[in-house]
Amino acid sequence: MTKTFKLDGKDIPFKDGQTIIQAALDAGSYIPHLCHHPEFKPHGSCKLCTVKVNGRETASCTMAAAEGQVVESETEQLNAERRALTQMLFVEGNHFCPSCEKSGDCQLQATAYHLGMMDTHYDHFFPNRPLDASHEDYLLDFNRCILCSLCVRASRDVDGKNVFALAGRGIKTRLIVNAASGRLADTDFSAVDKAASVCPVGVILPKKRGFKVPIGERTFDKQPIDVYVDSRMTQKETADE
Amino acid sequence: MNASLSHASYLDPVLNRYGHRPENLMQILREAQEHFGWLHPDAIAYLTGQLKVPRTKIEGVASFYSFFYLEPRGKYRVLFSDNITDRMLGNAELLERMCRNLWVERGKTSEDGLVSIDFTSCTGMCDQGPAMLVNNIAITNLTEQRVDAICDLIREQVPLSGWPAEYFTVIDNIRKKGMLLEEGFVPGSALKAALARGAEGMLGEVKASGLRGRGGAGFSTGMKWEFSRNAPGEAHYVVCNADEGEPGTFKDRVLLNSYADKVFEGMTLCGYVIGAKKGMVYLRGEYRYLLDHLNAMLARRRAQNLLGANILGQAGFDFDIEVHLGAGAYICGEESALIESLEGKRGTPRNRPPFPVTHGYLNQPTVVNNVETFAATCHIAIHGGDWYAGVGTEKSSGTKIMSISGDCARPGIYEYEFGVSVRQMLHDCGASDPQAVQVSGPSGVTVSAAEFDRVLAFEDIGTAGAFMVFDQSRDMFEVARNFVHFFAHESCGFCTPCRVGTSLLKNLMDKLHNGHGSPYDFKEIENLNQLLLSMSHCGLGHTACNPVLDTIVKFRPAYDKRMLHQEFTPAFDLDWSLQAARQMTGRDDKHAHLSNAQEPQA
Repeated sequence: MTKTFKLDGKDIPFKDGQTIIQAALDAGSYIPHLCHHPEFKPHGSCKLCTVKVNGRETASCTMAAAEGQVVESETEQLNAERRALTQMLFVEGNHFCPSCEKSGDCQLQATAYHLGMMDTHYDHFFPNRPLDASHEDYLLDFNRCILCSLCVRASRDVDGKNVFALAGRGIKTRLIVNAASGRLADTDFSAVDKAASVCPVGVILPKKRGFKVPIGERTFDKQPIDVYVDSRMTQKETADE
Repeated sequence: MNASLSHASYLDPVLNRYGHRPENLMQILREAQEHFGWLHPDAIAYLTGQLKVPRTKIEGVASFYSFFYLEPRGKYRVLFSDNITDRMLGNAELLERMCRNLWVERGKTSEDGLVSIDFTSCTGMCDQGPAMLVNNIAITNLTEQRVDAICDLIREQVPLSGWPAEYFTVIDNIRKKGMLLEEGFVPGSALKAALARGAEGMLGEVKASGLRGRGGAGFSTGMKWEFSRNAPGEAHYVVCNADEGEPGTFKDRVLLNSYADKVFEGMTLCGYVIGAKKGMVYLRGEYRYLLDHLNAMLARRRAQNLLGANILGQAGFDFDIEVHLGAGAYICGEESALIESLEGKRGTPRNRPPFPVTHGYLNQPTVVNNVETFAATCHIAIHGGDWYAGVGTEKSSGTKIMSISGDCARPGIYEYEFGVSVRQMLHDCGASDPQAVQVSGPSGVTVSAAEFDRVLAFEDIGTAGAFMVFDQSRDMFEVARNFVHFFAHESCGFCTPCRVGTSLLKNLMDKLHNGHGSPYDFKEIENLNQLLLSMSHCGLGHTACNPVLDTIVKFRPAYDKRMLHQEFTPAFDLDWSLQAARQMTGRDDKHAHLSNAQEPQA
């Protein structure tokens, strides 16, 4: 017999070892998330996927699914808190969607739309984060980094390279690359790396193909994120064509 | 090439001592820096090759901790402790005096590379502040004269070993003794008693004693030991949490200074019960001055056969202890972050479950207990669990060592049986005009005069041991603001709510401080608190709003007097925005201010 738990009243089947979000996404039930990616080890830092499990808040990407759990996700309170987290991510970086190459393919932007975020609410921090355009094929725009560590995990666990890492502490936490110079060009990063295509926002961007897909025809222009679209999967298909 | 060769000369002995093991990265970096003053890029390149770890790993770790420097700092690195108690004793004025005297800007290194001066989080010297660290060594009882003399010593480049010894004197300040602080403990006596009881018997006594963790959370020590003992693993570990980072707490400093035998013996008891061969003390970087003393004590205990192989002649009872030093990160007091740090990583709290009792150090069953908890187990071994359970209250057995500081005549260390009232403690320490007490540091609770009959016990006010007294002259808003700055500085940055939320809270409190708050901001603070409570990764985020929420409820006038605006929230203030320009031009005269700007209330 299949094991199940209840998500907002709906039975969700799961296999042993699956987390709540894995089982939910497999069953077609969307839980907002940014640092989770189906192909990678859970990280649990963005906290957008927080749900109430038997009345207690916990990140659904690190919580193992268990028989009979009662999980609440689509509640007014949780969505308001997710909206606040999204606003926090917007104000701690410099996100200027109209000029961003990732607009329409960006999980942060799509999540903000999904959660009905109408403004950034908090005062902007306006951090000073220089770009790294040193690499021939790729540009790093740290202004948009949400510290999800997906590129860190992809480079370490899939590419076996450790090109990326998080450094610093607290609000000064930042993404660094594996070179004494601090420049991407001086690392062994390459365009075919998994880390090149895993960024949910617009930090790791391929050069020489800006606006190849016009705005209006991008991933989230076609479908909202809650029908569980992952722009990175689409990107891969486009690249393969 | 030449550069890396020169780094090899001091790095090789360090690498050899730590077996070229990446798990020892923290200790390797610390010793490397003690030799060279900072972590040179070539030194990192050399370590990268020797430890076979990516450069990103070393830079990621080094940049996480306050006391590692990836850029040159002064030959003399001065850090003023910035707990609220240091503030009340005038540390900010002393820092400014020193900066002026040595012609250096706070946070920067002087142009000749001689000195850098900055603030740091509480260094655990609240009973003898204001305090500072110079090249990570503690200096206490700062006065204008002492600061001026230190400036001269720095200018004349006198090595620290040539500075007057009294600067480095740290006294215990024990004011009231209970079972833990009484003299007469015979090293080995608790171990002998435990061996007579057997491991199972000893565990039974710890469970019967009702002893709860002294780090503040109050988890049952007996249960922790039992879970770990029963957990399967390749090896079991005992970890002593001596990362006493909660501002206002300094009892572990005293226990380690004068009662280290009890602490080490308690760890050994735990090793006996759970079947561990190795114990580690995670000593906060601020207590670097205790390291040599502790290592000497460990050597003495080895010589006495109280550590090492076949302890006290018991075949197969092998256990040894090493001391790991932290490097300035409050979050490492959280047990899973502490374990990450022990493994040579950034101090980010782990996802739990699993908990350290089953998956701790190197993913093996690990008991992490506070310094005081281990010391208490010696008394349980000797006198039995029932005896211990008879002391204190029903749910809080035993005694608690309190670190008392702030506005009182006799700051220092007081040991009480659980159940003592705040009023009694205020009386004992000579607090003549108390307005409030912060129990358990910023993450604890602000107790107002109306609540002075509340008692210390897990049933009422649970505590890790800090007790900071504020008299009627103190501004409780500024107390809360100091705490909020502390949390923003110490947030590890892993999870969104705490990383951004603590900074937002800091900005809100600064806005109120600058006279631009409105009642709307109270709602904002409440919302932030709710968000941090429900979504933060660990206790730091959960408790970061406590001091603000407590003081809003109990000391509302301190907030109200800052409310210039009752109906709207101005986003910015023109005159305040000119601050950067004033600093750049070195002007602060009347004409450098906008006359129409509303001045914040004094």
